[in-house]
Amino acid sequence: MASIDNPLIEIEGLYQIFGTTPEKVLPKVKGGATKDDILAETGHTVGLQDINLSIEKGEIFVIMGLSGSGKSTMIRHFNRLIDPTAGKIKINGDDIMQFTMKELTEFRRHKMSMVFQHFGLLPHRTVVENVGYGLSIKGQKKSEWVEHAKTWLETVGLAGYEEQYPSQLSGGQQQRVGLARALCTNAEILLMDEAFSALDPLIRFEMQSQLIELQEKLQKTIIFITHDLDEALRLGDRIAVLKDGKLVQVGKPVDIILNPADEYVRAFAKDVNRARALLVKNVMQRAQPLVDNDDPYAADEALKEYGVAFRQPTKGRFEAYAKVSENISASWSAVPTLKRSELLQDILPTMLQSKVSLPVLNKQGELCGFLSHQSLAEMLALQPTPLN
Amino acid sequence: MADASWLTEFPDMSRRELLTIRKTLDSAYRDFSREYGDTIESLFDPLLSFLVWFENLLIQTPWWIILFVITAIVHFATRSWKLSIGVVISLMLIGYFGMWEDTMRTLSIITVCTLMSIVLGIPIGILMSRSDRAQSIVTPLLDVMQTMPAFVYLIPVVMLLGIGKIPGVIAVVIYAIPPVIRLTNLGIRLVSKEILEAATAYGATPTQRLFGVQLPLAMPTIMAGINQTIMMALAMVVIASMIGVKGLGQPVLKSITNQYFTLGLLNGLAIVALAIIFDRVSQSYAKRTQRHLEGHDHG
Repeated sequence: MASIDNPLIEIEGLYQIFGTTPEKVLPKVKGGATKDDILAETGHTVGLQDINLSIEKGEIFVIMGLSGSGKSTMIRHFNRLIDPTAGKIKINGDDIMQFTMKELTEFRRHKMSMVFQHFGLLPHRTVVENVGYGLSIKGQKKSEWVEHAKTWLETVGLAGYEEQYPSQLSGGQQQRVGLARALCTNAEILLMDEAFSALDPLIRFEMQSQLIELQEKLQKTIIFITHDLDEALRLGDRIAVLKDGKLVQVGKPVDIILNPADEYVRAFAKDVNRARALLVKNVMQRAQPLVDNDDPYAADEALKEYGVAFRQPTKGRFEAYAKVSENISASWSAVPTLKRSELLQDILPTMLQSKVSLPVLNKQGELCGFLSHQSLAEMLALQPTPLN
Repeated sequence: MADASWLTEFPDMSRRELLTIRKTLDSAYRDFSREYGDTIESLFDPLLSFLVWFENLLIQTPWWIILFVITAIVHFATRSWKLSIGVVISLMLIGYFGMWEDTMRTLSIITVCTLMSIVLGIPIGILMSRSDRAQSIVTPLLDVMQTMPAFVYLIPVVMLLGIGKIPGVIAVVIYAIPPVIRLTNLGIRLVSKEILEAATAYGATPTQRLFGVQLPLAMPTIMAGINQTIMMALAMVVIASMIGVKGLGQPVLKSITNQYFTLGLLNGLAIVALAIIFDRVSQSYAKRTQRHLEGHDHG
């Protein structure tokens, strides 16, 4: 991820007001009048107000809200399908509001691609022609893009469907085509507008898994819109909660669940199955009490501070140093390991069988933290603290 | 007021005033047509020579070649043996009853009128679909064109261009063009907003959107409009014969004035046969090109 002071996408003071003379209404909205007052007084609908966001390169940024909260309006500002009433949208430091029509077209062709709720596939083009659409309107010849399109179709698991028409595919398959089309242009930023909302739960889960898997390889910047908190928690590196056109909270999934900013977010977070929504990395302690094989002193120090110490006698094998019960002094024992990106529900059995805290490894197989029974239990039991 | 006749009778303008208005307008238009009639007529010369050439081509080519070409076109468009055989039989009957030449004349004028309606109508429809203002201007015009009795707009056309093929074509096109305009507009406006957004989001220019998305997706609706246009053009054949358009309309007109029942019926049936051929061919061609829309609904 890029550093915080150099985000890929920056949005400053974004307002969207729908109506005949939005500019005249803008000062009132800025002055703090409520959405209902504005509608009653002027007949204008406030879509978005005072949105400020920055999105890092390579993250999945989820914008969540109920219908009518302005989330679909918002995502259409990133590629200017809708122009804001006021505000700045900077991508890679360029203010895209200053773009001419031609620059905007080039920008859409190269920088961003989009996946739609109802797929938005062209019904008169075959599947492979849909996937290659982005490249074909850039002016590439069919012979140039067709191989590329086929590769992406294969990646999303639709090899063999090249010559079908979209109407011959199921909803899930159509959205895979939508995803392949978005990836085929090799754009850096992916906009996904309720991309999985129209699919049934099983297919939706499958598509989420596929997206997570693809993202590990591709490291795109993904802006994902959803009304489903479970989905937001599963996919999002960060989540923005939108209510009535205002941002209520922006934070990591764990913040949304554990520190909801207001009643609205709290109501959202209440029904979440945390074991299914949170990952090991959300719950683990980030400390790494890893000691040398023959350094009993350091092990005791770590035991005092963290309640556990780990050593790695051979690569891939971990041993924990901990007290198994009150009366016995601490001893070394081989322990299973957890991956930081595993769901809590998947590690529950392992955790319950173990008597000691377990080491958490990153993708490279290095220790990056540990998970104790206590923090796991707290996380699963704790209801969000009431605000008042 | 002493005279209260306005209560019982509409207070209309005096005859003299009405007469003056009519005289002024009529003579102004007559002067206009005397002044510019020839110039305007010469503008239509290329169209006229094309019409004459096409009509001669149809009439002078031996009948069996025409029969073969028409059947080939029908078969290519519909891929239906049943329809092709039907076309052969009905054309043979038309020839047998001595209506071949008139049918060819009508065929030629209908083809030209339909082509003109498409060439003029689709761009107008596209314009209407892109601008609400254009739509609000053109719609009432189309309403007038469809409801104004054809004879009324025949008068100025005949005054300007005289009797003959060109005024006939103009009259038929005025009568037959509204469906193709209306349905082009409608078809483009009905294209799913999300699909259009998708095209825009991937960087399609307005032209790419029009030819790559809007027109192809509106095609079924546009084809329905073209089909209606052809039907209306055929219905206009009889009226057009009153201003000297030769073809199946003239025998019908003759039958009306002389009460020749059989002659009228035969020529009427020939018009119907042409209509059915045009209709089936255009419809099944449209259906065949829209095969991708079959299957379960998308989105």
